[in-house]
Amino acid sequence: MNNIENKILIRSMRDVFIDALRIKMKENNRIFFVSADFGSPALDGLREEFKDRFINVGIAEQNLINVAAGLGLEGYIVYAYAIAPFITMRAYEQIRQNLSIASQINPINVNLIGVGAGLSYDMSGPTHHCLEDLSIMRLLPNFSVFSPSDWKLAENFIDYSINNNNPKYLRFDSKALPAIYENIENLDFENGFYELAKGDKICLISTGYMTHRALNTAKILNNIGVIDIFMLKSINENSLFDKIKNYKYIITIEEGFIGNGGLDSLVSKIILDYQSGIRLKRFGINDKYVFELGDRNYLHKLNKLDENSIINEINKLS
Amino acid sequence: MTDFDFLKQKAFETRKETLNLAKISSGFRLASSLSSVEIFIALYYGGILKFNSKNPKLEERDRLIISKGHGSISLYPILADLGFFDKTELKKISQPDSFLGDIPDTRIPGFETINGALGHGLGVACGVALALKNKKSDSKIFVLMGDGEFYEGAVWEAIMFAGHHKLDNLILIIDNNKISMLDYCKNIIDLSPIEEKFKNFGWITKKSDGHNVEELFNNLFSLKNNKDICPKVLIAETIKGKGVKQLEGDVLCHIKSLKNEEIDKAIKELIL
Repeated sequence: MNNIENKILIRSMRDVFIDALRIKMKENNRIFFVSADFGSPALDGLREEFKDRFINVGIAEQNLINVAAGLGLEGYIVYAYAIAPFITMRAYEQIRQNLSIASQINPINVNLIGVGAGLSYDMSGPTHHCLEDLSIMRLLPNFSVFSPSDWKLAENFIDYSINNNNPKYLRFDSKALPAIYENIENLDFENGFYELAKGDKICLISTGYMTHRALNTAKILNNIGVIDIFMLKSINENSLFDKIKNYKYIITIEEGFIGNGGLDSLVSKIILDYQSGIRLKRFGINDKYVFELGDRNYLHKLNKLDENSIINEINKLS
Repeated sequence: MTDFDFLKQKAFETRKETLNLAKISSGFRLASSLSSVEIFIALYYGGILKFNSKNPKLEERDRLIISKGHGSISLYPILADLGFFDKTELKKISQPDSFLGDIPDTRIPGFETINGALGHGLGVACGVALALKNKKSDSKIFVLMGDGEFYEGAVWEAIMFAGHHKLDNLILIIDNNKISMLDYCKNIIDLSPIEEKFKNFGWITKKSDGHNVEELFNNLFSLKNNKDICPKVLIAETIKGKGVKQLEGDVLCHIKSLKNEEIDKAIKELIL
């Protein structure tokens, strides 16, 4: 399961997820797919096959959420699909009132799929980067926040998303990425994380794309632990603390703003709540948007999110 | 045969009960709630809306989404009278142990959605309309909106959507009281001609005196039974603060609270 050498299959998590969903839509006629004029190769087949349950609302994320909420009120399982910064931030009040607040009284199963986690739309600039979503979506009561690091996790989340009657945010990378996980049919999503490598004094905790960086880093250095957090909300805090309590240093790595509610906040809260003496070092984007142009590796170097920058910091610790 | 004298009597009683509620809670939007009284009367007592007060979630019911959530406190006495909840609850409005707040939420039997934030109801109703069609349900989805909500951009996303998708099971009622919080709508951004705008987006439109229960009933009945394949809108011409001299004609009546003695006087002055 935690074979970190398994990097053979490179696939796009959104296409794998949509292909799996298409099979579910055949079996279950209570599933709707609503898009804000956003596609994917896999979606072409789905929208052709389910003309009555695929709706394109146009470039109208506010209406995307409202239409999804209305379908959800009537008991349908809904997937709403758009580029990550737009589905979260353009429509935040629709999400707040009609999903987060509403579902506290009457559960609604609406799954927001945001494509373009972090800097994955690297060349498109700061409007298309999504560095705020982990913070602002974790903030919403009654929501789950799912941030997979590979397509296998994404594929396996299908059943969880259908069977759990609450609003969820699915943060998908826009790039095809290698598989990290194997044989995870029985993965416990409620636990919220997976220990990919055990370490000695130092453990890297990451989410999404950055788990690939964490694994690369751990391959270069010896005795570094790696934990992949895929449920940014909600996670089994007892279980996570149990895994990290014997480390001297925890290093969080996320492709998002740090210090304001994202992965680092999740981990620092646990360390604080358990009154642990673990030292925390945080990697992410500081309080500035990224205007520089270049591929993701280049943008990561600029923001000290590349393996070398992480290794330099680790060497300072030990 | 609909008994319009009965509807008028119910409108009178509802207005009186709504004013009584304002003696217990001074925080709710009284003027906005008074402009929609006859609309609720036509829907609930006129038999336009299919409902079951003992089973508010009955699948066969018609749905009503009240997008102007703050302006629907006049529905509290109606829902209590019809048995959605006990009448004693009215006396507890906005008290710590009550589920009846200054803005209604879905803990109240009969309320489908929470709409404290404006301009959301029509979009959500579009989703409900799609769902009802997918279920092959005969139920209709009604929406009540205030005219001030039309300044929210998402409303126009929904108007376009409903027109394009020919949501013929959706009936929108506009409580066109012509006053927003700070000014007359025509001075903020003139919304007229609102009817023409809807026609251009492929809706069937009707206009009605929003305080004449007979006219409201006839128009709603006609829209509900209209077989044209498109969404329908009734523009109800209303008066903000209707029935209360101190509120009617006051451009700032939205945020006006009345003292108890003023309310008692207003109740005495109500006309059947």
